[in-house]
Amino acid sequence: MKGLQERVAALRPALAPAVGKSLLPFAVAVLLAFVMDKIIGPGVGATWSKILLDVGIAILLAGSLNVINGYAGQFSIGHAGFMLVGGYAAAWLTFYGSVHWFGTKEPVGGFLGNGQLLFLAGCMLAGVIASVFGLVVGLPTLRLRGDYLAIVTLGFGEIVRVLGQITARQPKNVAAIKERTMWDLANNLGGAEGFSQVPGYTTLFFVYLFAFVLLVLVYRLKYSSQGRALLAVRENEIAAEAMGVDTTRVKVVAFVFGAFFAGIGGSLYAHQVGALDPKELGFMKSIDLVIIVVIGGMGSITGVVLGAAILVILPEVFRQFADYRMIAYALALILVMILRPQGIMGVKELWETSLWRRLVAKVKR
Amino acid sequence: MTTALEMKKLSLAFGGLKAVTDFSMALPPRGLYGLIGPNGAGKTTVFNLLTGVYVPDVGSVELVGQRIDGKKPSQIARAGMARTFQNIRLFGELSVIDNVRTAAGVRTKSGWARTLLRTPLFVAEERALDERCHELLEIMGITHRQEEQAKSLPYGDQRRLEIARALATEPKVLLLDEPVAGMNTQEKKEMRGLIQKLREQFGVAILLIEHDMGLVMDICEQITVIDHGVTIAVGSPKDIQSDAAVIEAYLGVPDERDTPQPKGSA
Repeated sequence: MKGLQERVAALRPALAPAVGKSLLPFAVAVLLAFVMDKIIGPGVGATWSKILLDVGIAILLAGSLNVINGYAGQFSIGHAGFMLVGGYAAAWLTFYGSVHWFGTKEPVGGFLGNGQLLFLAGCMLAGVIASVFGLVVGLPTLRLRGDYLAIVTLGFGEIVRVLGQITARQPKNVAAIKERTMWDLANNLGGAEGFSQVPGYTTLFFVYLFAFVLLVLVYRLKYSSQGRALLAVRENEIAAEAMGVDTTRVKVVAFVFGAFFAGIGGSLYAHQVGALDPKELGFMKSIDLVIIVVIGGMGSITGVVLGAAILVILPEVFRQFADYRMIAYALALILVMILRPQGIMGVKELWETSLWRRLVAKVKR
Repeated sequence: MTTALEMKKLSLAFGGLKAVTDFSMALPPRGLYGLIGPNGAGKTTVFNLLTGVYVPDVGSVELVGQRIDGKKPSQIARAGMARTFQNIRLFGELSVIDNVRTAAGVRTKSGWARTLLRTPLFVAEERALDERCHELLEIMGITHRQEEQAKSLPYGDQRRLEIARALATEPKVLLLDEPVAGMNTQEKKEMRGLIQKLREQFGVAILLIEHDMGLVMDICEQITVIDHGVTIAVGSPKDIQSDAAVIEAYLGVPDERDTPQPKGSA
């Protein structure tokens, strides 16, 4: 039988359509983000567009956690740590950078103006720094499994939070900031008070741009050899290794990838709230993200999107119950876990369910 | 002629227990050799030494002239060694075809960057992967189950899938650990034909652990018998059947009191 590489040459797609297919989803992501920002956002009003922002950020965070927890099966409960690291990196760049280069603490420029470009650079920096931390957290996973790994990731999240709380205070006077270099200000992240006055650059456009790009990437990952290697590690590590999957490398890469987008999520969060409080991004935030992944369905992309939407919107819907809101929320979670212990979607995607197939068949008819 | 797989004086001890002592064997290309022995004799331990799960205390393993002892299991698999497991280890939640695709994926060259951008090379490799995996399922006769979850397959098909998955890595040597365990007569007959077919179709050398003596004696060219980790006989099926040491290991020595001699458990 012909080997894999002997077949490859004959199966190469034509270059032009292949490049088109490669880039088209990203173009669609940009377009959809634009639609969210210009049409849907203003259409649903201020309250709901704020909720949509939260949903988008939750999709980004839970979607990236899903690669670690759902695909690779490495149970991590320190995702907020990556978020916090990324948030700090981006806030440092945009807040102090704004003062240094634009002479103001307020957002400057219009759509994709200087201010937003600085913000985009901040998001990228956030991703890169967070993925370096992802590498550091990924390394112990080579030896640890299950509960032990969970404890290490929990410890990581707490360490990052505590380190954030002991950074130096944040100078807020424009003149005082200008006296010092950017590098010199790297430790001035606000300490226990948090990093405040972060310019509010986060819009529906950026949130959904990154969210859609992440979805395209995780979809491509899931249906590829690299992605199946992750799933194999989750399913049976010994067999995966025996089939030539370098399980150590696979696990570390999953952490690096997940942390990158968690960092970006942290940046979007900081520039939306306008402040970065290490107490807010502790253990409870990590657990919130794990809940989204578990409720949605570990390893399911559409499941996580659904989970993020439901878990952000539910508390808003239950607002009328006032004091009983969290009880109603908890009951809803318990109900899901009783009725669908594998999560709403399980390991399947929406288009893999029998309901969807029946719908498609009906529409075709 | 070079050998496909050559083991020289492999030894492994767990503390005071000598699991394998001085195990040597030379498997020629396209050879079909058997490894038998009573329960707990150390057969699976030999497989684990070959595939890098355990590192031998002493001795060397060469795969087509390349030293592989001391390497990681994934490196050994890439070098051309594939195995099945006695206690089936499939990727249970994944579909049948994805189990095979995962294994075939080790021969792809696209890393994360190419994957996420879906470059032409990636697309070509995934197509090749698909083509090859479908052919493999066809040969193993489980095409009709390709979309089912691996864990939901009947037992016999799970064994077939394990072999399909091992072959997907494009091995030079295939280690089969009890491929017909728990199968009925009909299934065993099919599996026997399949194993012989694989050798020609894939050009692999096969080393077979099996308790079903009928199968081993029928298809193996040479058989090695081990007991308590020590090689007690090597030879053709005919020689093995009449070997006194083998008969003793399996049936025990005739005893005056005529009490059965229990051997260690697996």
